[in-house]
Amino acid sequence: MSRVTRFAARDPGPAARIVGFIAHLRANGLRLGVGETQTALAALSHITASDPDQARRALKSVCAANSDEAARFDALFDSYWRNDGRVRERVTPSDRGGALRMQNTRDASGENSTMRGQIHAPEDGPGAAHGDGTGRLIASRTASLMHRDMRTFVSPQDIAAADSIARRLAQSLAYRRSRRRRAARRGDQLHFRRLIRASLSTGGEPLTLPRKKRPDRRVRIVALCDVSGSMTCYARIFLAFLAGLVRGDDATDAWLFHTRLVRISEALRDPDPLRALNRLTLLAEGFGGGTKIGKALEEFARGPARHSVNSRTMILILSDGYDTDPPEQIAAALARIKRRGGRILWLNPLKGWKDYAPVTAAMAAALPHLDLFAAATTLADLAALAPRLERL
Amino acid sequence: MSLVCMAEGGTGGQPPDPRSISGTVKEQMRMPDWRDLQAGMAERGYIAGDDLAMALHIALALERPLLLEGAAGVGKTEVARILAALKGARLIRLQCYEGLDAAQAIYEWNYPRQLLAIRAAAEGGETGAGVEARIFSEDYLLERPLLQAIRQAEPPVLLIDEIDRADEEFEAYLLEILSDFQISIPELGTITARARPMVVLTANGTRDLSDALRRRCIYAHVDYPDRAAELAIVQSRCPGTDAALIRQIVGFVQAIRREDLEKTPGIAETLDFAAALAGLGINDLTQDPVALQAALATLLKTQSDRAAIPTEVAQRLAGQAA
Repeated sequence: MSRVTRFAARDPGPAARIVGFIAHLRANGLRLGVGETQTALAALSHITASDPDQARRALKSVCAANSDEAARFDALFDSYWRNDGRVRERVTPSDRGGALRMQNTRDASGENSTMRGQIHAPEDGPGAAHGDGTGRLIASRTASLMHRDMRTFVSPQDIAAADSIARRLAQSLAYRRSRRRRAARRGDQLHFRRLIRASLSTGGEPLTLPRKKRPDRRVRIVALCDVSGSMTCYARIFLAFLAGLVRGDDATDAWLFHTRLVRISEALRDPDPLRALNRLTLLAEGFGGGTKIGKALEEFARGPARHSVNSRTMILILSDGYDTDPPEQIAAALARIKRRGGRILWLNPLKGWKDYAPVTAAMAAALPHLDLFAAATTLADLAALAPRLERL
Repeated sequence: MSLVCMAEGGTGGQPPDPRSISGTVKEQMRMPDWRDLQAGMAERGYIAGDDLAMALHIALALERPLLLEGAAGVGKTEVARILAALKGARLIRLQCYEGLDAAQAIYEWNYPRQLLAIRAAAEGGETGAGVEARIFSEDYLLERPLLQAIRQAEPPVLLIDEIDRADEEFEAYLLEILSDFQISIPELGTITARARPMVVLTANGTRDLSDALRRRCIYAHVDYPDRAAELAIVQSRCPGTDAALIRQIVGFVQAIRREDLEKTPGIAETLDFAAALAGLGINDLTQDPVALQAALATLLKTQSDRAAIPTEVAQRLAGQAA
């Protein structure tokens, strides 16, 4: 008895406690809506709710939606309902926890796009002073390197070349044959439903033969580009390349990662190429020093991938595979993305080097999950990709 | 110790007798309890874990689809079969695959028959409108699993097997059917379910399912059974087998599952293995290494897995299992 959580006396009642429990689960990352709360209450009315074991299993079947959540559920259940007899002050937690966290990320991204943006406004010269206090010296030095590199080394010709290659590439993998057939003027199968209708007027004589075929459906490209220190000298090519991909197709998504993941599709779609580059520079500068490929991919797999990756998605990772995170994290994240059904291509600038072998732990861990591992050292390498992607 | 008590009492006094609480509890007593369900399944040879039995109970009580996830060969499909047997309901199965479309999942018109009917009508001098009404009537409709399930007078068990093999579009379509239990056919109008089917979906993680589908379902993860459960399963399915051999078999399979294999054997494989050993007339796993290696064909289904468990390893595992 002592393990059971005590609830404060002013507490409204069982229904509110379930609401509180759902909020507790939500705060711990389970995706639950109002519908689940109702289902949970309904489920409890069909069992002997006074038995904690039954209640736990019933709530688990309603609230957990995959094996991860099912495995975590017991601990979450215990932490709410069997809190060693401690008094729980408020049953329905204020939304402070969640809101606080959301605010944090919003603040953080705001910082990238606005506050630091003022420091490095496009009018400033390259290598502007970073006078925003102590403790940021190293990060800002890296950032200023990025800054100069992207601004000065990208010649208009290079941008144009990378852009056109990217567009060609996007075209080569934009369509994939669907398996469901649709009416078409020329198709490989008869459209019987129409045929019967048409033959009604000719007394059962099928004079016209409507056909159907498999229509092409779009393949969506999601590109993730590493802009860490070790990738600096390739950043210009890759960013121009990403810009080409993104502008070629409205559905394409592009992300940068370094120590964090930032979406840059909007910035790249800016109609003015130079301003797009500036916006990008600002976004890129918010990042820290080291590379956290594993963390960034994990973040992608858990967040954006849930909505944007399906079986007709091609994920393009541009990175050299030098990572400070444990390699298992990369493998786990890639496996997660793969389960969503996408194809994963990894373009590594180092692979073009003579005698390169993917021996870094991160790269070795990633290899089994990749559909294609290709070199991307020069623009020519990127251009050579198109025929290989078509076959994929 | 009880949750309602925690909810009611607050200070944590005596746990109330469940019978005395209120009408809601009495109502629960009326319902077939989840333990009964579990026992009923066990009677028919399916040993369900507590989580699974509870999820099934909740799904039936709330009339929600049940989503079963787990590795291949842990008995997900079997749940639907047993449920159908238990309820005396018809089992309607829809096997999913990539490219599954409405014509195969819901309904299709019987085109050859329609053509013949039009011809016959033309010979008899019938007019167009009458013929049209006739050939797009129910007589000419071919029911596919989903439509079949909806049109049953008695609630059937609808098994949607390996939903993760179908593509996202089909999943979205399925969501619509699972929420309203009605299907519209342009020529006939909307057909609403006469009796709500009990829906069981299975998935083994070929791809992740959409959150929308997961949210609509009651979820249970079916895992490889632990030693005790597997013993019970083999005993109930292979009644003639010697108890000592069954212990050995289960111990051996449990040990093999801990090895690093490409394809971990499921319960179906364990049962095959037991049947194979019975066929080979083996009473002791350690007795004949050659026969054991031969019987392993029922457990290890890839070349690399066969290579990973050579005779010596198999003998060692069998020795430990005894």
